[in-house]
Amino acid sequence: MRRRRARFLRHRLGVAGAVIVGAMLLAAAGAPVWRTQDPLGMQVSQALEPPTLQHWFGTDQFGRDVWSRVVYGTRLSFTVGLVSMLLATAAGVPLGAAAGYTGGAVDAVVMRCMDALLAFPALLLAIGLVAAFGPGTASGIIAIGVVYVPVFARVTRGAVLVRRQEEYVEAARALGHTDFAVLRRHVLPNCVAPILVQGTLGFASAIVIDAGLSFLGAGTPPPAPDWGTMLNEARQFMVSAPHVAVFPGLAISLAVLGFNLLGDGLRDILDPRL
Amino acid sequence: MIRYLQARLLALVLVLALMSVIVFSFVHLIPGDPVVAILGTEVDQATQQALRHAMGLDRPVLEQYVLWVGRALRGNLGESVRTHEAVSAILAQKLPVTLQLTAAAMIVGVCIALPAGVLAAVRRNSAIDLGAMGVALGGVSIPSFWLGVMLILLFSLHWRLFPSIGYVPVGRDPGDALRHIVLPALTLGLGLAGALTRMVRSDVLEELGREYVRTARAKGLRFARVIGRHILRNALLPTLTVLGVQVSVLLGGAVITEQIFAWPGVGQLIVQAVQSRDYPLLQGAILIVAALAAAVQLLVDVAYALMNPRIRFG
Repeated sequence: MRRRRARFLRHRLGVAGAVIVGAMLLAAAGAPVWRTQDPLGMQVSQALEPPTLQHWFGTDQFGRDVWSRVVYGTRLSFTVGLVSMLLATAAGVPLGAAAGYTGGAVDAVVMRCMDALLAFPALLLAIGLVAAFGPGTASGIIAIGVVYVPVFARVTRGAVLVRRQEEYVEAARALGHTDFAVLRRHVLPNCVAPILVQGTLGFASAIVIDAGLSFLGAGTPPPAPDWGTMLNEARQFMVSAPHVAVFPGLAISLAVLGFNLLGDGLRDILDPRL
Repeated sequence: MIRYLQARLLALVLVLALMSVIVFSFVHLIPGDPVVAILGTEVDQATQQALRHAMGLDRPVLEQYVLWVGRALRGNLGESVRTHEAVSAILAQKLPVTLQLTAAAMIVGVCIALPAGVLAAVRRNSAIDLGAMGVALGGVSIPSFWLGVMLILLFSLHWRLFPSIGYVPVGRDPGDALRHIVLPALTLGLGLAGALTRMVRSDVLEELGREYVRTARAKGLRFARVIGRHILRNALLPTLTVLGVQVSVLLGGAVITEQIFAWPGVGQLIVQAVQSRDYPLLQGAILIVAALAAAVQLLVDVAYALMNPRIRFG
């Protein structure tokens, strides 16, 4: 463990990703502290002001403080990323584990279904599901979760297939443990690394898809401080007040960059074969 | 090779069948009555009943699915709830517009990624490499909806180089059509360029260390020729498979890019269908685009197998 930590610390880009993600987590957790104004408080007399000492990122069309909205948006985006990845893991890991460990017909049926889900362009599948559930944050979370189930199922299956051959698994089976016990106690704990890497990279995509859905008007509805919604609304004032579009976009890019770097770093450390 | 083709075609048919089930289920995932969701509560019973019958929702689910797939296989995707036009006719009109954008984005992506990736690999750890990788990382991380907005801000509102929105058919005015496609193609293509550059770089790096490269150099071939004739041939194979997956990403990304640039393709159609709760149109559009993505993936895989003897004879 200590050696891994040392190796990660030498991975400069990975560390940079960890720092970005850490800083944004801090921003999300301490949003009420960092905000300078109420993110929903309108002051139409101060609409579309450029960045000043009072409004660090300027104000939007309703005079709301963009800095406070971007900070609160971190909360929303990270919640969507976390919950959707947890959902996808909760469904994808058992499916992939069952497919990889049992093989045969179960494997074939489960993985063909996963292939079909995976064959959809991710954003299209998410849009279709959100259209069915009705727009909103919860629909977005479920839709992104569903989109990522096959990704986790594939990664888990691959990892389980490798571990299944190991001698300690054979030993555990020879000792008479049930399949479920062998999977849970011996196989899955050794598959955590690739799942963790996938979860980190998926977190980045979840943030992008969520912002994309909101940008299209199918995600979190206004007035909630959602990065995608803010960006979509800002398009109308692009000429007079470009700052309203710049900052939420920067926040999304920074978050995605952070998770991508962190994921790449974790992959290099935890699983050199990937 | 024939056995490989057979297996892949069978897999494609299976995937398409399962995809149709997923798309079909969109309507049945709607909480409550889909007819009420489409028409609202302020219409009379007769109108509701008429739509329910027209969409086949008054039949058992299994029968609905069989009817829907049967019609879809004959090219009938139902009709739009709003305009009553045939969905297949609307798609036939919109799909080429989207494909133009996707193809242009692919050209942008490949034209940037190939030279950038090769240069970065050849000059490993140099300023060029660092710069290319930095830009590639940006390309992967910057979401297209922000990139598009920023490109409009700079190139059309600030410098007035390109029109900010709109589509001009090539047939009407090729020059104007080109000017209109530049920003959307850049928006959609830069993300692809980022992903591809990283791929090309790592593949070329791997090939650079091989013995045949040393042999080719030792017999006096110029380095540029070694890269062009030997390394790229081998390095591009894995990149090709990534391109197949990326077509799917591009087709998804087109939804957002078309929305930003008022590009009248399938992406815009899908967004409008979501907003107007036009489920038959939404289902038809998503099914066709997804099937297209799956078919392209198959074509790419077959091309890969044709070029790679290890699979061709495996």
